Order: sequence, then C-alpha cells, then structure tokens
Amino acid sequence: MVSSLLKIDDLRVHFEIKTGARWFKPETEIVRAVDGISFSLKAAETLGIVGESGCGKSTLARAILGLVRPTGGRIVWMGESLHDLTEDQMRGKRKELQMIFQDPLGSLDPRMTVGQIVGEPLKNFFPSMSRLQIRERVAGMLKMVGLLPEQINRYPHEFSGGQCQRIGIARALIVNPRLVVCDEPVSALDVSIQAQIINLLKDLQKKLRLSLIFIAHDLSVVRHVSDRVLIMYLGKIMELADRDTIYHHPRHPYTRALIQSVPIPDPEAERLRTRTTLGGELPSPANPPSGCVFRTRCPHAIDACAKQVPALEAVSNEDEENSGRHQVACIRQQELNN
Amino acid sequence: MNQSTQDLFEQALDRREVKGRSLYVDAWHRLRRNKAALTGMALLLIIVLLVIIGPMLNPWDHEIPDWDHYSTPPSLDTGHLMGTDALGRDLFERVMVGGRVSLLVGLIATLVSLLIGVTYGAVAGYLGGRIDNIMMRAVDAIYALPFMFFVILLMVVFGRNIFLIFVAIGAVNWLDMARIVRGQTLSLKNKDFIEAARASGASERSIVLRHIIPNLLGVVVVYVSLTIPQVILVESFLSFLGLGVQEPLTSWGALVNEGAQELETAPWSLLFPALFLAITLFAFNFIGDGLRDALDPRDR
Repeated sequence: MVSSLLKIDDLRVHFEIKTGARWFKPETEIVRAVDGISFSLKAAETLGIVGESGCGKSTLARAILGLVRPTGGRIVWMGESLHDLTEDQMRGKRKELQMIFQDPLGSLDPRMTVGQIVGEPLKNFFPSMSRLQIRERVAGMLKMVGLLPEQINRYPHEFSGGQCQRIGIARALIVNPRLVVCDEPVSALDVSIQAQIINLLKDLQKKLRLSLIFIAHDLSVVRHVSDRVLIMYLGKIMELADRDTIYHHPRHPYTRALIQSVPIPDPEAERLRTRTTLGGELPSPANPPSGCVFRTRCPHAIDACAKQVPALEAVSNEDEENSGRHQVACIRQQELNN
Repeated sequence: MNQSTQDLFEQALDRREVKGRSLYVDAWHRLRRNKAALTGMALLLIIVLLVIIGPMLNPWDHEIPDWDHYSTPPSLDTGHLMGTDALGRDLFERVMVGGRVSLLVGLIATLVSLLIGVTYGAVAGYLGGRIDNIMMRAVDAIYALPFMFFVILLMVVFGRNIFLIFVAIGAVNWLDMARIVRGQTLSLKNKDFIEAARASGASERSIVLRHIIPNLLGVVVVYVSLTIPQVILVESFLSFLGLGVQEPLTSWGALVNEGAQELETAPWSLLFPALFLAITLFAFNFIGDGLRDALDPRDR
C-alpha cells in the first residue's frame, strides 16, 4: 500500500463552553465538535467531506492546520505527529498545509492589495526573498488562477466573489503546499461561478499534484471532485468509501437519506422516485444522543442503537479489490443491506 | 483555463487602470464631497496658521502691558485689533498665544491617549480570556476615580505645571480609547482574514501589527478627531477653575475665565477667545462626523 501523506487517528476537538454566569463556579458544557475521526489521505488524492451545518466539518479542517488544538487523537503528517509540535514549528509546517476559506471576500484583508495578500505567505515563510522576487512569483500565480497580473495593486473590494476566491486560491498555492484544505470554497458563489472555481481547482490539482480535502454540504459538487467521500454527522464518521460506492451503494441510513435528497434534474424521474426525508433537527453536539448519534433521526433505529456506539467497520461482502475501503458505522448495516 | 467570455471581457476593460483605489482613497473622495467637513478643515487650517504666524506679525507682547490703553475696545487706531484686557495687554496676542497652548494640549494629550489606548486595547482584545478580563477591570477601576479629584491631587503633590495637564488629561482619556479599540479588536479577530493570515504563517505579532491595527485605523481616526476638542474643553474647564495654565501664560479657557469676570466693562475680552474656542470645537466635530461617514458609508 502507498504510504499516506496525512493520517488522522481518533481525532477529537472538544470545546468548553460556559453556560452559567456564576462568579466562582462557572458551569461548563463540553461541545464535541469533532469526536473520534480517523482517516488517511494519499498524495494527489481528493477526499470529500460532507455533512450538515454544525457537524464539525470546519473544526476538522482547522484542526488539521493546527488552527485549533485537538483535544485528543493524532494527526500524522508525512510520518510526523503534528500534536507534539510547538506553535513555531507548526507555523513552519503550514508551508505544506494550506487552506481555502468559505467566505471569499471575508478571508481577504480589506486594507491590503492583492499583491500583498498573495505575497504574504512568501514573506512569512521565505523572509530572505526580495520584494521583486515576491512580486514576480505573485504575478505568475495570479496568471495561473486566471487573474491578470495587472490587477496586482487592486484591493479585494474591487473584485467579484469568484475573483476573490481565485485570490484565495492563489494565496494558498503560492508556497507550493502538498495539501490544501478547502473549507466550502464554493458555497458562497453563484452556480456558474462554482463550476469555474471547481474546474480551476481540479486543473491546478493535476498540474501541481496536490492533495485536497474538499469540504462541502453539496453532494453533487463533492461527487465532481472527490476520489473518496467521508460522511460526517455530529462530529463522527458515518460512512467512508470511494466516490462511486458512496453514490451507488450507500450503506448507512444517513448517507442514503442525503443521496436521496439530491434533486434529479429530470422532472419525470424526480416525480417517480420515492424518498425518505429525515425529520427533526441536528441534536446539540454539547448533548449528543447515547449510542449511535444518528439514532434520533434514523428511520431504522432500534433499541440496541441507543445502547451501543457503532464502530466504523469495513464492509466485507464486496469484491476483493475494494475490501477495507468502504467503512460504515451502523450496527444494523448487515441486515439493512441484505 | 475555464473562464467565461464575459469575465475575460470585464478583465480586458480593466486592463488600462492598473492602480487600485484603497479604502482610504475612497474615503477621501467621499470626505471631499462633505461640505461641513470641508468647511471645518478650512477653518481649522486658518486658525492653526493664524495661531502660528499671528504673534510674529503682531507688535505687542502677551506679557507686557500697553501702559496707555487699559481695557480699550478693539480699534485700528490704537493697534489693538481685539482691544486690551484690564491690565492693558493686547488681546489679539493673548488669544493667539492661548490658542497655541490650547491646541497643543489637545494634540499632545490626544497623542498620549492614542498611544496607550490603542496598544492596551488591541492587546487586551486580541489576547482575550483572562488577560483581557484583568486588563479591562483595571480600566474600570481607574474610570471610577473622580477626574477632578485626580487632577487636584496631582497639582497638590507636584505643583502647578503645564506638563501635568497633558499627563492628567492623557491619563484619563486613554481609557475610552482602550475600550473602543478593544471592542473593535474583538470583532476583528474572528474575521476570516485573521484566520487566513495565521494559516499563511503569520506570527501573533505580525497579525496584530499588519492586520489588526491597520483595520482599526478608521475608528481610531474618527475617535481622535472627536477627542481633540474634548481635551481642549477639559483644559479650558481646568483653567476656568484656576487649575490649568498659569499667568502670564494663557489658554483659551483661561482667557474666557478672565473675560467672564469683565463681561460688563469689557465684553470683547470674553467675545474673542470664546469665538475662537467655539469655532475650533465646531471645526473638529464637523471633521470627525465627516470622517465617520466617509470611512464607513454603510453606517449612517
């Protein structure tokens, strides 16, 4: 097996939140934003992460870059555990790990020109680079993401949303990272612009042999870019499999509900299909249900689901080649799928 | 590369204009359209020039009386453009010299409060948590001290000194600045671009210096333009009470005080310093309002 670029093992990120405003004995609550996530990522692979708002996708992304400290578990980057690094060492590692943000305009400093924004990582990571060198690299990078080098002295508010996201991509790629974490990079854009940005990302990925972690809540977008897809719910993995497996043979009830919720662009077919819609709301991650976190909304939940936390297990009855690549966390997955 | 023709067209049109307009340039253009602010700036410029150059052109001294003219009204014949006070000193000269003191107090005390306030507030807001809590409770504690009591105490301990006025006013005014800057920093530090800066390897120090402080500037500039008149007023108040500038040096506040005592016999000695004080205060307030509107056009 090819050694993995990034390996995440039982990652947990919990936040302590003060609830009671007492002076001496503040009451706290623990929000389990990310609760025991494990996966690995190979070079030049794209992993899509899908889940509802508030299921911990963004926290997972920020934890991978070390922007929030994990509460537990390990992140191993090219054989090195990021957990043991100091803040300064972590800063150096970000040369290899970059991020693209959700809000195209909000992630750009309004007081800086495009040249300064895109050049900032170079300034931080390569302090010896001259101003002219930085400018040249920035101009080249702007061309690469489909902007004009002439726009280098412009300010972010002079650009459209799609152009701002291109600037964000340029900033992430200018230090030649190995992995780029895209935190819902297109959810704030028009559909036509979404396609442009996604195709740009795919092109650049091929050209630069990047690994991508692509976070979204839009299944069709994820399907377009990902090699593998990870389905998250309330801080936990529900299902992890190759893209085609997820879309054609989903095994977890949550994944199935998600896939069924994607509209089919054919009114005839749309009318004919039967779908199970999920009722209820996402439970609070501060007070998750016992056992399987999905059981409160699962149409197939039984009493046993409340007692036992389902482990993420490989699906065995598929063809040999794919064995171990399809993992599901549901105690009833065997009986439901046979 | 996948790009719509419209996008390319738009970019081709942009090709000519290479230089971007920063938010400050934009703000300047908006400010220039604001009549009140422009008038304020013009008036202020005139007053500052007058205060600097006026005493050089005027033959009279602000300390030495004209023995022939006690309490004379303004007249071109005597050469006293604004008349003389009860001791025969030229009022024009005194208003100009007093203006220097008043403006200087406003400027220096504001600078002091700016330096302390911005650093203190930005640090407290950025670090947050317990440190923020301790720092801001300290501000609350100092706030609770009655200002006049504090000034009188300083005067008693160190004697009357113009420098002490700078210190006293600056030491109180930075509290407001720190609170404003802290609040602004709190809202800034959760913005995506701060996170993005951290992801692109910026250290805490360079985040504060390169991202937080430049983005605070708009609010700070507005606050400064409103603090200067406030400080001038406080100095006037102190001088009015006899705690401020001492004779023979003077300030607008001190002159108004003297003028008020001679209101019936020599009304001009109240009129002129009061006029200058009022115009300056108005000018600063108009500039401040104009800046606020220009820097944040959404927030009206």
